[in-house]
Amino acid sequence: MSWGYTINRARDIDMDRNDMTISKLILEKIPSLQGCIACGACVATCSTGALTKYSLRKVHTLVRRGEYSGLLDELNKCMLCGKCQLVCPRGINTRAVISLIKRELGDHR
Amino acid sequence: MNKEVIIIGGGVAGMQCAISLAEMGVKPTIIEKSDKLGGKLNDWYKLFPTFTSASEVLNPLKDMINELGVDVKLSSEVTKLEPKSVTLADGTTMSADAIVICSGFEVFDARLKEEYGYKIYDNVITSVDLERMFCEGSVQNLDKNSPSRIAILHCVGSRDEKVCQTHCSRVCCVAGVKQAIELKELYPKSEIFNFYMDIRMFGCGYEELYKEAQIKHNIHFVRGRISEAAQTIDSKIQIKSEDTLIGRPLKMTVDLLVLMVGMSAGKSNNSFATTDGINLNTSGFISPKNIFTECVSSDVDSIFYAGTVTAPKNIGESITEGVAAAHKVAKFIKL
Repeated sequence: MSWGYTINRARDIDMDRNDMTISKLILEKIPSLQGCIACGACVATCSTGALTKYSLRKVHTLVRRGEYSGLLDELNKCMLCGKCQLVCPRGINTRAVISLIKRELGDHR
Repeated sequence: MNKEVIIIGGGVAGMQCAISLAEMGVKPTIIEKSDKLGGKLNDWYKLFPTFTSASEVLNPLKDMINELGVDVKLSSEVTKLEPKSVTLADGTTMSADAIVICSGFEVFDARLKEEYGYKIYDNVITSVDLERMFCEGSVQNLDKNSPSRIAILHCVGSRDEKVCQTHCSRVCCVAGVKQAIELKELYPKSEIFNFYMDIRMFGCGYEELYKEAQIKHNIHFVRGRISEAAQTIDSKIQIKSEDTLIGRPLKMTVDLLVLMVGMSAGKSNNSFATTDGINLNTSGFISPKNIFTECVSSDVDSIFYAGTVTAPKNIGESITEGVAAAHKVAKFIKL
């Protein structure tokens, strides 16, 4: 008999358990990403973001917390047009960031 | 010239006001409630954004006070303020032609934010405690040879209606960034996370310091306010927050939690405000006559202000107001 109850997984970002290896590697390779002030200009100008929930601000923040699940599919929505790079007030090479995260998360392998 | 000017408070604003008046030929009297001049700066280590030693700012001011022969009354507290006189705690009344209130601010009492466990858990300290520890050369329970994780929480006692502190204390943002860098330099293996709601870098060189913290020191910035802290069985601190940029809750265990305590209104403001023409704003700071054009004047002709008695300010701004108030006083007493 089903009572309709399920057990939900905790929604925590568990910084005590998350594996930060890839996160650290990405920041070492592109330290300018550390300078992101989360202004959201990249998302505001994003052609992909206009049509889907894709958000570079959110994706790279997830990477920085060691939360990689599902990110590759998200990043594959990016058309690499580079508008985000034009608007970034901190001069981050966003296309390089996107390519690097995709590479480290297993794309092109 | 026998004009009497009383300056209430011997912090940087009061000292600079006295110096400027003395340079114009007035002999002001500083009334300081503690046993030394310099105010809270005496307990600070280095100053943002240049890491200048606090003594490099204090000592020249103290030297000038001595050189100019400014009359200083230490360990004296003003209990009653009138337009042309003050009464001290020992009952003596001093009359004056003008009074400058430079009584400053109080450090926010972090115990009021009980959910952070200050004075309950050993490894929760305030930014003021941290300055003292930097002066002593080491921070409690941190080991230079082993990695440690440190969280710095901004806006403790600022922008918080629950503790009647609706204002932004302004300086804690950059002070938190400065302390993060100092911690990283003292403990290079440590990982430092600043939890913020907004990072407000209003001063010259502040934004550059923020970027330096990010790029050079890899300080992590998490946009979210810590909601609670709890002690773990091994005396670490587990904190809970929301990572607002991701939109999910976040928890983390740290070796040390530093609370960036804000500036609260001076305790004496309430008694000053019993004088007609002296009014407090919502956070308890004294409202100047006009925040644009008369920011060191009150609605009482003979009473003036300088420094953080009217609002949170940095050291440069407080010193500048000391000069401005001296100028207004000189004009008022027809120097």
